[in-house]
Amino acid sequence: MGLLSRKVTCNSHGQDSSYFLGWQEYEKNPYDEVKNPKGIIQMGLAENQLCFDLLESWLAKNPDAVSFKREEQSIFKELALFQDYHGLPAFKKALVDFMAEIRGNQVSFDTDHLVLTAGATSANETLMFCLAEKGDAILLPTPYYPGFDRDLKWRTGAEIVPIQCSSSNGFQITESALEAAYQEAQRKNLRVKGVLVTNPSNPLGTTMSRNELDLLVNFVTDKEIHLISDEIYSGTVFSSPAFVSIMEVLKDRKLENTQVWERVHVVYSLSKDLGLPGFRVGAIYSNDPIVVAAATKMSSFGLVSSQTQYLLSAMLSDKKFTKEYISKNHKRLQKRQNKLVSGLEKAGISCLESNAGLFCWVDMRHLLSSNTFEAEMELWKRIVYDVKLNISPGSSCHCTEPGWFRVCFANMSEDTLKLAMQRLKSFVSSITIDNQTHQDLKNMRKKNRTKWVFRLSFQSFHDREQGER
Amino acid sequence: MLSSKASSNCHGQDSLYFLGWQVYEKNPFHEVENPTGIIQMGLAENQLSFDLVESWLRKNPDVMGLKNKDGESVFRDLALFQDYHGMPAFKNELVEYMAKIGGNKVKFDPNNLVLAAGATSANETLIFCLADPGDAILLPTPSYAGFDRDLKWRTGVEIVPIHCSSSNGFRISMFALEEAYERAQKLDFKVKGVLITNPSNPLGTTMTTDELQSLITFAIDKDIHLISDEVFSGTVFDSPSFISIMEAAMDSNLKRNTDVLSRIHIVYSLSKDLGLPGFRVGMIYSNNQTVMSAATKMSSFGLVSSQTQYLLSYMLANKKFTSNYMKRNQKRLKKRKEMLVSGLKKSGINCLKSNAGLFCWVDMRHLLCSNTFEAETDLWKKILCEVGLNISPGSSFHCSQPGWFRVCFANMNQSTLQVALRRIKDFVERSSFNYQQIMASLSRKLISNWVRKLSSADREEQER
Repeated sequence: MGLLSRKVTCNSHGQDSSYFLGWQEYEKNPYDEVKNPKGIIQMGLAENQLCFDLLESWLAKNPDAVSFKREEQSIFKELALFQDYHGLPAFKKALVDFMAEIRGNQVSFDTDHLVLTAGATSANETLMFCLAEKGDAILLPTPYYPGFDRDLKWRTGAEIVPIQCSSSNGFQITESALEAAYQEAQRKNLRVKGVLVTNPSNPLGTTMSRNELDLLVNFVTDKEIHLISDEIYSGTVFSSPAFVSIMEVLKDRKLENTQVWERVHVVYSLSKDLGLPGFRVGAIYSNDPIVVAAATKMSSFGLVSSQTQYLLSAMLSDKKFTKEYISKNHKRLQKRQNKLVSGLEKAGISCLESNAGLFCWVDMRHLLSSNTFEAEMELWKRIVYDVKLNISPGSSCHCTEPGWFRVCFANMSEDTLKLAMQRLKSFVSSITIDNQTHQDLKNMRKKNRTKWVFRLSFQSFHDREQGER
Repeated sequence: MLSSKASSNCHGQDSLYFLGWQVYEKNPFHEVENPTGIIQMGLAENQLSFDLVESWLRKNPDVMGLKNKDGESVFRDLALFQDYHGMPAFKNELVEYMAKIGGNKVKFDPNNLVLAAGATSANETLIFCLADPGDAILLPTPSYAGFDRDLKWRTGVEIVPIHCSSSNGFRISMFALEEAYERAQKLDFKVKGVLITNPSNPLGTTMTTDELQSLITFAIDKDIHLISDEVFSGTVFDSPSFISIMEAAMDSNLKRNTDVLSRIHIVYSLSKDLGLPGFRVGMIYSNNQTVMSAATKMSSFGLVSSQTQYLLSYMLANKKFTSNYMKRNQKRLKKRKEMLVSGLKKSGINCLKSNAGLFCWVDMRHLLCSNTFEAETDLWKKILCEVGLNISPGSSFHCSQPGWFRVCFANMNQSTLQVALRRIKDFVERSSFNYQQIMASLSRKLISNWVRKLSSADREEQER
C-alpha cells in the first residue's frame, strides 16, 4: 500500500489533546433543556451566541443581501463567478471600517493591506507559511489556544516555543520570560522568526496593557523578528481598560516608516464578535507588501465564499447597525461574564479578572488533590463525567501551573449557565465535605501519631535515664 | 526574514497563463463600452446556464433567506456550523450528484467525502496527505497551469511530467508513464502517485476504461497513489460518456487486489459544471480511511461557508432541477463548442477532437514561423495584443510540442464568440496575405537577380 505522508501519520494536528477529547465526550451526551437535561453542558466552546437576534433582525430588513440582489437587480452571475483572491472590494472596505470602529477609530486600515481567508485558522496558517518554515520557531505566551499547535505547526513544519507566564503577575508577558523563551529556542537550534500574541487573550480574557505592547515592540525590534497579533476577540472587549491594538501603539510611537512597521501583522475574523464561525471569514492585515502579495496568492487555498462576502459587505456597510451591534454586544457579554464570575464566587471559586473574550480563566487550584497536572486531569475528568460540564483544562492550553480552567459563558442561555453554576456549587460542596472528612481524618491521624511519638520519646528518655544511671 | 515560500516564485504565477489574464484585466472587451478590448478566452468558466440556476433561486427565496421549509430561520444554526465533517445533507446530495454524472454506475458514500474550499484546496490537501517534501507526483502534459502552485508550492513536492504528444492525440501511453517514473528515480525523487485530470484540461477529452485500468495497474505495480481530478466530469457533452476512475476500479480483475480502492482518490468541485467558482465548493473522495481522517482535519484550513452549503444542498436535492440542468447544460456546451470548432476551421485552424470541457485544444502549429516555443510565445503575444484575444499558450500547460493553444468557449455570449472568430479569421488572412506578399516579393527579387545574372553573362559573351 502506497505510503502516506508523515503529516498524516504523526499527531502534530494536536487533536489528541483534551481540548478536543472533551468536545467528543460532549457530542456523545449533549445537554438539552428539554430532551436531555442531565447531559453535558458545553462550556469549552468559545462561541458568541448572545446577539443572533440583532443579526436576524437585520437580515429580515435586508432581504436583498441574501437574494443576490443589489438595488433590486440580480447580481447572481457576478457573484457566482467572483473568485478573485483580492476579495470583493466592497466587503474589504466594510471590513476595514468595522475593524477601525472596534478600535474606537484610533487607527485606520488600508484595504490594500488586507487579505481575506477562510477563517482565522486559515489566516494564521497562511501567515506562518509566509514567515517561517522547518527549523524556525515562533514564540507564544502560555497559556494559549490549543488549536495553535495545529494551525501554526502541522503543515508548515515550524515549531512553537512557549513564553512562560505565571499567575504571580496575572499571566502578563515579562521581558525576562521573552528572553528566556528566545534562549530556549536557540538552545534547541531553532531560528526564532517571531512572536505571536492573542490580544485580547484566549484563554485569559484580558486585553494587553500598553506596557506589554511596548515591551513586545521593543523586543521584536531588538531581535529583528516578526510580531503577529491575533486580534480576533477585539470586538468582545466589554469593560475597561479599552482595547489597544498593536497598530495603535506603533502609530503613537511614530514607527510608521521604520523596519518594525513591516514586521507587524494582525489577524482578524468575524467568528467571535459577530458570532459567525460557520461563514468562514478571516483576514490577515500586514504592512509588508511582500507578505501581502504572497498571502494573497496563498489565499487561493481558502477563499471566502462570494455569497458570504456579499451578505456581510451589506451588513457591515450599515453603520447604524454596526454601532448598535458593537454596543449591545458589549453590554450583553459584560452581563453574562458577571453572572459566571458571581456564580463561581458562590462556589468559592475565583477567576482571573477579565474585560474581554467569551470565557473566564478560572482558578481551581484549591480543588486539586495535589499541585500536579495529574491532579488537574483527575479534576477535569470528574467535572466532565460527573458534574457534566465540558470545561477546558489549563494543560490543554499549555499553562505552566496546574489548576486553571477556561470556562465559556457566551455559548448558552442564561438558564443553562445558572444550571451549570448550580452543578458546580454542589460539586464543590461535595468535595469540600469529602476534603473536610479527609482533613478530619488526617487531623485525627496526626493527633494519634503525635501522642504515640510523645509516648515513645518519653519512654526513650526514661530508658536513657535508666541507661545512664 | 520571510519564508522561502513567500520569496520564491514557485507559486507559478509568473507564467504566461496568469500574465495574459493581467493584460486582459487592463483592457477587457465589452460589447458596448469597449468593443475593441481584449476578449477573455483564457478562463475556463461555464457561463452558459446561469438562467437555469437563477430560475431555481427565484422559486426558492426561503433557502436564500436562510429559512427552512417551514419558513423558520435557520440563521443561527448555520452561523454556528463549523464542523469539518461538513453538512450531512449537503454531502448526501453531493455524492448523489457525482453518481448521476457518472450515469449512476457507481454509488458514493458521503462518509468518504471531505469538503474543501474549491478544488484548489482539495488538490493541495490531498498532496499534503500523500507526499512529503522531496517526493514527486507524475502528471501528464499538457496539464492545468495552476497545478504548479496547487501541488508544489507549500507542500514542497515535485511534479515530474509524463510527456504526451499529438502523435496519438496526447493520450497517456504506458511507455510515457514508465519513462516518467524512471526519470523521477534518476532525479532521486520518491514517486508517490500519478495525478490525472479526467476529462482533461486542456485537451477536453475523456479517458477510456482501458486507459484508466492501465493507470490503476501501474499504480498497483509501483505501489503508489492515483488521483483523478474529475472537476470537468459534468461537462461531458458528447460520446463517449464519462467513466469515473471509481467505475474503472470496479472491474473484478482489479478488485482482486484488495487495497486498490485505498490508493484511488477523486477530486471534484462545483466550479465547472455548475459554474459556481465564487462559492468555493470542492471535495476529496477516498476510500482510504487514514487519508479521510487527515484530510478532514486539514479541511479546517479551507471549510465551505455554511451559508453556501445550505443553499446548494437544497438545490442539488431537487432532482428535477439537476436532471434538467445536466441535460440542457450539456446541449448548450456542445452547441457552443461546435460553433468554435467550425469557426476556427473556416480560418484553416483545426482542434483536437473533444467531447468535454469548456475549451478546445487548438492546433496553430502551421502559424508558427518556426517549430519553437519562442515562436509560440511570439504568436501568443500577437494574438493577445494585436488580435485582442487572451488564449492560453501550450507552454503554460507544459506541453512538449509548440504551437498548441487552449481556447475557452463557455465564458462569453454567442455574439462575443462570433467577434472573436471574425478577428481570428482576419488575422489569419492578414498573416497569409502578408505571407503571400513576402513570398511574392521574395520571388520577384529572385527572378530579377536571375535575369540580371543572365543578361550580364550575355554581355560578357558579346564582349568576347
